[in-house]
Parts: sequence; C-alpha cells; structure tokens
Amino acid sequence: MSDNNWSRRDVLKASVAFAAAGAAPMFFTKDAWAAKNFMNNPGSSSTVTLGFNVPQTGAYADEGADELRAFKLAVKHLNGEGDSGMMNTMKPSVLKGNGILGKKVTYVTGDTQTKSDAARASAKRMIEKDGVIMFSGGSSSGVAIAVQGLAQEMGVVFMAGLTHSNDTTGKDKRRYGFRHFFNAKMSGSALGPVLKERMGTDRNAYHLTADYTWGWTQEQSIKETTENLGWNTAKAVKTPVGAGDFSQYITPILNSGADTLILNHYGKDMINSLTQAVQFGLRDKQVNGKDFQIIVPLYSRLMAQGAGENLKGILGTTNWNWALSDHGSQAFVKSFGNEYGFPPSQAAHTCYVQTLLYANACEMAGTFYPPEVIKQLEGFKFDGMGNGKTEYRAADHQCFKDVLVVEGNQNPSSQFDLLKIVKEVPRSQVEYDASIFGGNLGPYEV
Amino acid sequence: MNFSETRSDLTLMLIFSAVVLTMPLWLAPIGAGYPDLLQKFAIFGIFAIGYNILFGLTGYLSFGHAAFLGIGSYTAVWSFKLLTMNVLPAIFFAIIMTGLFAALIGFISLRRSGIYFSILTLAFAQMSYNLAYSVLTPITNGETGLQLTLQDARILDGPAGAGLPSTELFGISMSGYSGFYFCAVVLIIAFFFSLKIFRSPFGMKLQAIKSNQTRMKYTGYNTRPYLMTAFIISGMYAGLAGALMAVTDPLAGAERMQWTASGEVVLMTILGGVGTLFGPLLGVGIIKYFENIFSAINEEALHSFFSFLPGFLENLLVAITSPFVGEGWHLTLGVLFMVIVIFLPGGIMEGIDRIKKRYRNQGTKTTPEKE
Repeated sequence: MSDNNWSRRDVLKASVAFAAAGAAPMFFTKDAWAAKNFMNNPGSSSTVTLGFNVPQTGAYADEGADELRAFKLAVKHLNGEGDSGMMNTMKPSVLKGNGILGKKVTYVTGDTQTKSDAARASAKRMIEKDGVIMFSGGSSSGVAIAVQGLAQEMGVVFMAGLTHSNDTTGKDKRRYGFRHFFNAKMSGSALGPVLKERMGTDRNAYHLTADYTWGWTQEQSIKETTENLGWNTAKAVKTPVGAGDFSQYITPILNSGADTLILNHYGKDMINSLTQAVQFGLRDKQVNGKDFQIIVPLYSRLMAQGAGENLKGILGTTNWNWALSDHGSQAFVKSFGNEYGFPPSQAAHTCYVQTLLYANACEMAGTFYPPEVIKQLEGFKFDGMGNGKTEYRAADHQCFKDVLVVEGNQNPSSQFDLLKIVKEVPRSQVEYDASIFGGNLGPYEV
Repeated sequence: MNFSETRSDLTLMLIFSAVVLTMPLWLAPIGAGYPDLLQKFAIFGIFAIGYNILFGLTGYLSFGHAAFLGIGSYTAVWSFKLLTMNVLPAIFFAIIMTGLFAALIGFISLRRSGIYFSILTLAFAQMSYNLAYSVLTPITNGETGLQLTLQDARILDGPAGAGLPSTELFGISMSGYSGFYFCAVVLIIAFFFSLKIFRSPFGMKLQAIKSNQTRMKYTGYNTRPYLMTAFIISGMYAGLAGALMAVTDPLAGAERMQWTASGEVVLMTILGGVGTLFGPLLGVGIIKYFENIFSAINEEALHSFFSFLPGFLENLLVAITSPFVGEGWHLTLGVLFMVIVIFLPGGIMEGIDRIKKRYRNQGTKTTPEKE
C-alpha cells in the first residue's frame, strides 16, 4: 500500500474541475452583472413587494406576531382596502390608497428567530429571491443593527420596527436604515423627573441587563439619568437573552443592600425576571428604610399581559399606547381592533407607521429609487400618527416625538387596560445632540 | 489504487462538479436558486463533509463542531478588520486557527470514546459559546455580533472609501452569484479531498477504528494519532466553512457556536446517510431548504397554492397544512427525521440504494431466481 495517491489522473481530474469551475461564472452571472439602475427596481411590474422580517420564535415572538398583524393591516390600507386607518389622519400625506406609485403592494414574511445570522439569511432571501424594495421588522436591536448593515450593502431601505438601543441610530447608524421607535437615551431623559418625584434622590440601584447592544445602551442611559439624580449604582449584572430562569441573578440582589431593581429586559425575559423578582418577595422588602422598587425602563402592553398582577405600580416608558386619545391613535386602534379583535401594541404601531411613512416617501419622491426616497424621509416632519408632531432627524435617521411614562395599572378596566399613562413627556425634553454617539451614515449610492 | 476505481472516481468528480456548478439552474424551479441559499448549501456542504470524516469514518460522534464554525468566522472577520478585505488570508488564518483549537480540544476529548467523547465535545462547544457570548465580548462583540466598521485598520488595504468595503477576491466581489461560485469551487475541492481520504489507507484505518478499535489496538496500531488527525481535519473543514460564512457575509455571531448548531450538522449527516460520500450533502440540502423556504410560506401563499380547488376544500387544506409551514417548519422537519430514522436507518442514501437494487432486480427478472 502506498500512501502517495496523487496519480496523473488525479491531477487531471483536479484541473478539469478547476477549469469547469472557473468557466462557470461566465455562463451564469450575465444577468447578475447586467446594468441595473438599482436593486430590485420594480420597473414596469404592476406590483411592488415589501418584506416583513419579524421574530416568530424565541423570546420576542409575541412582539413579532403583533408586528406582522400591523404590517398586513398597513398593506391592506395602502391598497385601498379596509377603513384606511391612519392614512386619514396622517399629515402631510400624498397616499392615494392605490398601492405605492400605482403599484399594488404585496408582501413576503420571514422569521428572524431573534438571531442575527437567521435574520440576515431571511432578509437576503427577501432581497435576492423575492425582490423586495424595502424591508422592515424588528424586536431585537442586535438583529436590527445586523440587518441594517445588510440594507446598506445591498442598497435596499430598512424601516426598523421595534428597536430601542441607542446604537441603531447612534454608532451603528446607516444611510439605508430608519427608526421611528424611541431609544434608551430618550427613555432615560423621560423617566428622570418622574423617578425623582416618586423615589427621591437617594437610592441604591441594582441593574439586571440583557447582554447585548440594547441592554448595554439602556443600562448606560438609565445609569446616567439616575446618577445625575444622585442615585448610587450598586451593581450591574448582565444576563443572557432568553435565559428563562433568572433566580440565580435575583437572589444576590436580596443581600446587596440595593433598594431599587432596574430590569433592562424585554419580551418574555422581562416577564420571567419580573415574575421571579416578585415571587422572591423583592417588592415587599424594606431596605435602608425605603420600600423596595422595581423599574422596567422599556414597557410594552404585551409584556404587561404576560406579567399580569406583578406589574401593578411599576414605572417604565413606552413609545405609544392604545389608550391615547388623539385622532391618529384612535383611527389605528379602531381599524386594528376591527381586524383582529384586540388593541395593537406599541410594536404594531411603530411597524404600521413605518410602512406608511415609506410608502408616502416613495409617493413624494415619485420613484422607488432609494437615494431619492431616503432624501424625502430625511428631515420629514409629520403629525397625526399617534405621537403628536414628529420629525425624522436627517443627521441620524431617528424620529423625535413625545415619550410616554407609564405605570402598571392598579385597577385595569379590561384585560388590555394594563398601562396607565403617568406623563406625556414633550419632545423638547428628550432631544439630544446627534453627534454624541458618533457613527457615520454612509453614502446614498451603493 | 487500481485503474477502474480511479476512473470511476474521475467520473464521480466530474458529475459532482457539474451538479454543484449548475445548482442555480436546477434549484430555481423549487424556489431555492438565489445566491444566499446557494451559498449556504455550499458552505454547510463543506461543514457536513468535514463532519462526516470524523463521524462517518471513525464513528466518533462530536457534539461540538459548531465551535469550530464560530472560531473560523471570528478569525475571518478579524482578518477583514485588521488586514485586508481579500478573502484568501481570511480563509488561511481561519483554517490554521481552527486547526490549533481542534488539536487542543481533540487532545483532551479523544482520551475517551463513545458517549463520554460526545459529552466532552459538547462541553467544549458550550464553553466556547459562552466565552464568545459574554466573556470575550471585546473580541466577539457578544450577542450583537462582530461586524466591520469604518474605523477598522485594514493595514494592507489603505484608507477606506465612503462606505463599508465588501469582501473580494482580487477585485471580484464575494457577494451574490460570484460568492456562490467561489464557495462552490471550494466545496468541490473539499469534496475531492474527502474522497481521497475515503479511498486512502488512512481512511481505511479510520474505518477500522469504527468497526472495532480494540481489535485494531491488538494488531499493534496506536489509534490515537489517527483519531487526532481525523479530528483536526474535520475541525479545519468546519473552520473553512465558518470562514466562508464570513466571506459571503462579513459578520460573526455567537449563535453560530450554540449547541443547536452543533446538533444541526449531526442531523444533516444522519438524515443524508452517515459514512456515505454524498449523504451529508443531501442532508444539508434538505435542512437548509426547510429552514429558508418552508419557513417563509405563509397562509397567503398556501391560499394561492390551493386556489384551483373549490372554496371550502381550499380553506380546509390550508387549515390542515398551515401548522406545518411557516413557523412550524421545525415540526415538518421533525416528522421527516423520524420517518427517515425509523424506516431508513442509513439515511436517504439507504433509500437510494434500495431503489437502485429494486431496479437491478427488475432487470434480471427474465430469469427467475426461484426453483
């Protein structure tokens, strides 16, 4: 037996394989390199496709399901079906209810699995196979940042859904990414005065933080706010996303001397950690002569539904709530309710608004060509979408609008009436300089 | 090596190359002919081929191969960040790095066999995952994943332009179809090496370890070096696959190293056929197809698929099938996996062999074997 297997034939074989492989791209990629003015140009087609990339499995699946409902509703309204919802209240609006630029809107969906890899694979499928002209969705900032980078590379606009990390429109901002949702920095600024009023200036806070971009930036922003109030930060512990059981992180709090727990968790994680914190008796404790308090900086009604009784009286912020009484909110709650039988969540709201804003920008630009659409969105001022006067800041593609401080409702009148609005914090109070986070939007043309 | 075997191998390689390189054509009708999925087929094909060298030949079931995939990706992305956007150095460093890690993990894990080996590799993979996820965040960027930025050094490339640079091979962009053809060529080379290993005396010894390691030791062979070599080679294959994932999409996330990812390659190999040359590739095709295409089918698509039927039948069929598509794709995959393991323990390759045999029997039916 000889160990040297490289016969003349093997070498021949290999060279044939190489030659075939080398020549193949010439045959198959002609179309790929043919002149195209921009990615997925709908051209003369009678339809235009949007991609909705949401978590259908994992810790944020509830939010994802609600986002998808909102996207479907938005597509209906854009195509002139249903009662048009916020299209009637949006100002200024050039939407006609005949699709976008006269093309009927269709959509494809995908599962991000709350993982960057899966989300990018799903988004790539939408762009390469289904030919989407814009994609949207979210619930995890890690995912949002990952697909936003992809959007820039591929030259397809990404209208971020629920993502709350400062990085999305901060150090990781992209020319092709837009965020309507608020961020951790704004949550901190909005919460500050309310915390001061209710809990005073002498507290010892303990953070449990979801270990990824959103958790990090939220912890940082809330710390900044509370430390400015004069609070001390006892400890900040990072926990893995989707941990399920948080008891090992909660027991140390009991002996840490902290009198306030700040939960930088979201989705099912927040439901689990809060429920366990309450079960461990944190809320009944007295520390340093004060009642132990829990704060959940980012709230959502879906989470409130999951956490139930435990949420009563707990403070947090939210981007939007269905109980708002302005015309835009009312119109949206009504058409969402007619369609699905229950009120929308803040995740649904932001996704619905994002879809309409994109469609409106295309109409204003008179084209789907992304650089033109982007220029329409940059600095766009609008009203009637549920948050009062809102502006898409051109410098970082972040929407600026009023922020709601809410608390878990002590006496809910229905199973959806779970959050009570404590304060509508005006936009001026949550604004910040776009340059503080650094980052670079990148070019219009890719 | 005798003449007929070499010749049949040559035809095998030619057919294989042709099939792989024409994938965009014949996969288009079933909705899988787009660059990202094609790249995934080729990349996970390499991963599974490498895994099969260890599991298929030696019978050592490693539950931690995803760790190598992740190490390969991180190394490649760091090469893009620090050195150059050219993919060759990235792939080179990724293979070397995973080789080193495989040597370390193999040195410890291969002291045991059977279930203990599996548990050890699983433990190592889980350790790597947790390191990447929450301990080594300066190197791995944790859950967010390691990405390129404009501030990266890229010493060999010089100052960056306006946007983020993309990966390239001497000017050819590595995304889209050109990325797929690059991965496909690497897959063909990887398959060729695996074929050579299967046919070599070394491969024979690995198979001997699988069939009876004790007997082999009695005949005077020290099996450890062979196992070590197989483990390192298969680790390097995984590293290569990881590097290619970063080449086609310059991002590395810790979830690539999770135990579910390790389990996936085991499933792929078993589904297709353990120890066969093509089995793992078939397994890759099926699992990736389900993950990407089945998961995207929604009720609207089902309605249009069944629209030729009368209304109530259409709704009934949609109601029956919808739990199995979209977010229920794991369910369908689970059922398929059970069916195959129960009825075809040798995977899909066994099914193909059975069909082949039946054809052959039909051909010789003119002279009945009875009597």
